[in-house]
Amino acid sequence: MVIGAVTLWFILEKVILIASIIGLSFFIAMYTTLAERKVAGWMQDRHGPNRAGPFGIFQPLADGGKLFFKEEITPIASNWFLFLLGPALAMIVALVTSTVIPWGAPVITATGTIPLQVADVDMGILIVFSVVSIGVYGIMIGGWASNNKFSLLAAIRAASQMVSYELPMSLALIAVLFMTGSLKMSEIVSYQMANGWNIVFQPLGFLIFFICALAECNRTPFDLPEAENELNFGYHQEYSSMKLGFYLFAEYINMFVSSAVMATLFLGGYDIPFVNEASWGLAPWLYSLISFGVLMAKVSFLLFVFIWIRWTIPRFRYDQLMNLGWRKLIPLALFNMILSAAILLWLKS
Amino acid sequence: MQLTPRAKPVDRSPMTFLESLYLWNIIKGMGITIKHMFLKKATIQYPEEKRPFSPVFRGLHVLNRDAEGRENCTACGLCAVACPAEAITMEAAERLPGEEKLYREEKYAAKYEINMLRCIFCGFCEEACPKDAVYLSQTFAPANYARNGFIYGKHELLIPHPIEQPEAYQKALGDRQPSSQNVNQPIA
Repeated sequence: MVIGAVTLWFILEKVILIASIIGLSFFIAMYTTLAERKVAGWMQDRHGPNRAGPFGIFQPLADGGKLFFKEEITPIASNWFLFLLGPALAMIVALVTSTVIPWGAPVITATGTIPLQVADVDMGILIVFSVVSIGVYGIMIGGWASNNKFSLLAAIRAASQMVSYELPMSLALIAVLFMTGSLKMSEIVSYQMANGWNIVFQPLGFLIFFICALAECNRTPFDLPEAENELNFGYHQEYSSMKLGFYLFAEYINMFVSSAVMATLFLGGYDIPFVNEASWGLAPWLYSLISFGVLMAKVSFLLFVFIWIRWTIPRFRYDQLMNLGWRKLIPLALFNMILSAAILLWLKS
Repeated sequence: MQLTPRAKPVDRSPMTFLESLYLWNIIKGMGITIKHMFLKKATIQYPEEKRPFSPVFRGLHVLNRDAEGRENCTACGLCAVACPAEAITMEAAERLPGEEKLYREEKYAAKYEINMLRCIFCGFCEEACPKDAVYLSQTFAPANYARNGFIYGKHELLIPHPIEQPEAYQKALGDRQPSSQNVNQPIA
């Protein structure tokens, strides 16, 4: 029963990995909400929340508790099944995206190698993109099932925004794939470890990708889907209690995962910059731990930039948003793609 | 026609391609916000940190005692007459033999009430008082659930005894002490 034992160990390993990644996503998303409020406070010459525990570290728990105890309202004319499915889909999609990201260097043990990645599939990055596209359904279904014209309008707006910004995002990605020659996330990272980070060779691509990631996560300046004040709160207007919490929480998990994707694609993943870590002769588990920490540092930096941008830039108008997406970013991304292809061909010949 | 010297001409020339990407201006804006992260915070952390009152702040009333702990008030009623909001009521009583340690003069206020909801904290009562028996301290009336709770009697208003509770007395006295100390001297 050797095969059976190996399979069981394999399943156990993956289950532990999935559980810890989901736990990590929730933990990071929780504290991103706190970081958001703290950074907002600091940038507005305030302190931010600092009453719940030292430096306000229990604030996310208080916020979550508040949402749990709120009255749950389901509009009487809504489709209750779809009304429930919307936030569930948003949350599931946000969590599924993290499966293909390599979270650290593989751990080498006596029995074999344990990759810190749930699935290292050949089409790695494409899975992220396809799953993110499903995220539109969470918004669309939620907005439609509310049976409220404002929710529906906001959901249509959100869907068209996400579809529009997926285009330049994919075009920026293609330029990266020209260089790495693989869709596999682990190979993209190992290529960057050998040849330098992609951001050095693709600064324009990174910029386009970052702007599109802001739009995909519904972050300011592209947060029209959830404009609280002037657009009547967007697609989750009819939602209350933890269903609303799921939508809001899924947004923060999306932020975390998209930061991890950007760190993997452009900032070298778990690569430690400027050093050759293979020459240190560290214990494999220690090296894995350090590489995981390095990835988390990059992700934290990107999350900070997300928050920083939110408290700097006002929201775009809807026509400005579409104008930027279709008439500025797509031509730029195409230009970047063709330029990268030409340079690569020239270098190879 | 220029209406004001501060008027600035507005540049309405169309944006160039680079300008219309807003990138440079966004980076400038982000520089401003990051700078503000390290500036001094404007917040006053209220329960731990309090803003000092102005030295002329007029708060809750205090019914004063002299240095031996005898009540100054003689229930003359001048404060009630002076009060524009008609917030003060009192009842006078005659000092009985053996009460010389409690009241400084032969007449005293058996009941002395100020309605803090009526009071406008103008300080006229303090100015009217010939005995320096009432003055305004530097605290304000705390919140209360009932209107009755805002009618302050002698129990709330009277300053702690200077000999029996010297620390509480000094604290209640605050920075704002009665103007003329000679009134507090015992009458020979």
